[in-house]
Amino acid sequence: MNRRLSWFNVTTLSLGFAFLYLPMLILIIYSFNASKLVTVWAGFSTQWYVSLMGNQQFLDAAWVTLRVAFFSSTLATVLGTMAAYVLVRAGRFPGRTLFSGMIYAPLVMPDVITGLSLLLLFIAINLDRGIFTIVLAHTTFSMCYVSVVVSSRLMTFDRSLEEAALDLGCTPFDAFRSVTLPIITPAVISGWLLAFTLSLDDLVIASFTAGPSSTTLPIRIFSSVRLGVSPEINALSTIMISIVAVGVVSASLVSKRAIIRQRQEELAGVRA
Amino acid sequence: MNLRRLLLIAIPYLWLLGLFLVPFLIVLKISLSDTAVAIPPYTPTLDLSGGWASIKEFFGQLDFENFIWLTQDELYWRSYLSSLQIAAVSTFITLLVGYPVAYGMAQSPDEWRPTLMMLVILPFWTSFLIRVYAWIGILANEGFLNQFLLWTGIIDMPLQIMNTTTAVYIGIVYTYLPFMILPIYATLEKMDGALIEAAEDLGCSRLSAFWLVTLPLSRPGIIAGCFLVFIPVIGEFVIPSLLGGSRTLMIGKVLWEEFFSNRDWPVASAVAVVLLILLIVPIVLFQRNQQRQQEASQ
Repeated sequence: MNRRLSWFNVTTLSLGFAFLYLPMLILIIYSFNASKLVTVWAGFSTQWYVSLMGNQQFLDAAWVTLRVAFFSSTLATVLGTMAAYVLVRAGRFPGRTLFSGMIYAPLVMPDVITGLSLLLLFIAINLDRGIFTIVLAHTTFSMCYVSVVVSSRLMTFDRSLEEAALDLGCTPFDAFRSVTLPIITPAVISGWLLAFTLSLDDLVIASFTAGPSSTTLPIRIFSSVRLGVSPEINALSTIMISIVAVGVVSASLVSKRAIIRQRQEELAGVRA
Repeated sequence: MNLRRLLLIAIPYLWLLGLFLVPFLIVLKISLSDTAVAIPPYTPTLDLSGGWASIKEFFGQLDFENFIWLTQDELYWRSYLSSLQIAAVSTFITLLVGYPVAYGMAQSPDEWRPTLMMLVILPFWTSFLIRVYAWIGILANEGFLNQFLLWTGIIDMPLQIMNTTTAVYIGIVYTYLPFMILPIYATLEKMDGALIEAAEDLGCSRLSAFWLVTLPLSRPGIIAGCFLVFIPVIGEFVIPSLLGGSRTLMIGKVLWEEFFSNRDWPVASAVAVVLLILLIVPIVLFQRNQQRQQEASQ
């Protein structure tokens, strides 16, 4: 369906994307404002970036956040991939319904409930709160996202490939390692990225499960944002938005090239 | 059953049992306990060393007092109702904004679509907190929007938008828009363009072809999008606490304050239990819709 866009569609698309992007654009522009007042433009300046780099509280929080995100997303990827494999391939076992329920429930659970319940657990078992407890909390909810991403890939791929490997004498584990894993790797990577972003982004669950010495970046941002707009936060937001933008754009370019290559291979396969 | 298979199932299973199900049971238990000035601030606490008698005594002390309290103090039921109302209204506005965008995307030339998709997904990867924060500078009394409106002469007094429910609506529509656009776009994209042509050939105007063909066919996407917005908005905390004022009641915020400010753990737990019960109906409906769609696509 390759017709030209009507004026109506052009208008709605431009308005829609303006709505999505203008607020962020304004934020980025005002992060370069010399004035501390957010609404008065007083010339171009990078002073807020300089003062941000000198703000030890933010740097510490960023370091905590990165560590939490790295460990929780890695752990969540392992557990989530296992869970996806169990859901799609393991067949029947006692308690399967409960298992799939526990995979899907955290996806729709309000953060306040997840946070509250985990905190009450940590208190009940006398676990000191800190980076470790945030990692446990983030792993638990993001492994469910990973398993949804990975299981949708497992469901669509041709099972006969695995069966062929088994027929040819592979053990189930070898078949997984040399056939299944390479095929689902893109899904596993995007699952990891999703888990990493979810962890970077989370305020509510981290607030419940963090200890006094383990303030994450969102917690720090939230407590200073409550007092109003600050140009330092604008600068920090600009940095975070740029990192994500570069990441998403390059990922989409890579996947575009992968799709083109795949199509070429398919074409070659048809000809041969 | 061999050992590997057992481990494969047991590890994620035990993880979820221990860190998802058990915490819940603890919440349920504390919601039935009484507030106390102690550490932890509730009573009774289970003491297994006393054997069967103490377990029996423990269960004897649990009661529904906190739940009765929730029905008596009007703050709670008004917060639940207002959360439902805010979620319903903002879902509807998100649909009104999101549908035309999804429709425009589906109508656009093939080579644009990946880029447009990426542009919808990009905000989803950027921090939720930052996207909400961006609106503070826009909606504040001396903010960008008021300055702009004053400059154009549409208004001569700054509008009070910040710290009102309107600001909460704007924040919700903004942050949840991608969740509405993507499922609707997915159904519209799969639609056979020949159907519209057939409808037009048979004498439908473009508008009635849209109304009679496109809209009904995109229904699964609309339903999925609405649930994806409605369900998380009910428990939303960040948006009402940053953009809303003290008069915007939302249950996620009430739970937070009950726990962190009032330190009333039993009542906070009871609020969580009721919120969950409230969410079960939309979640089950959503699951059914997804299942039906999956079956239809197979």
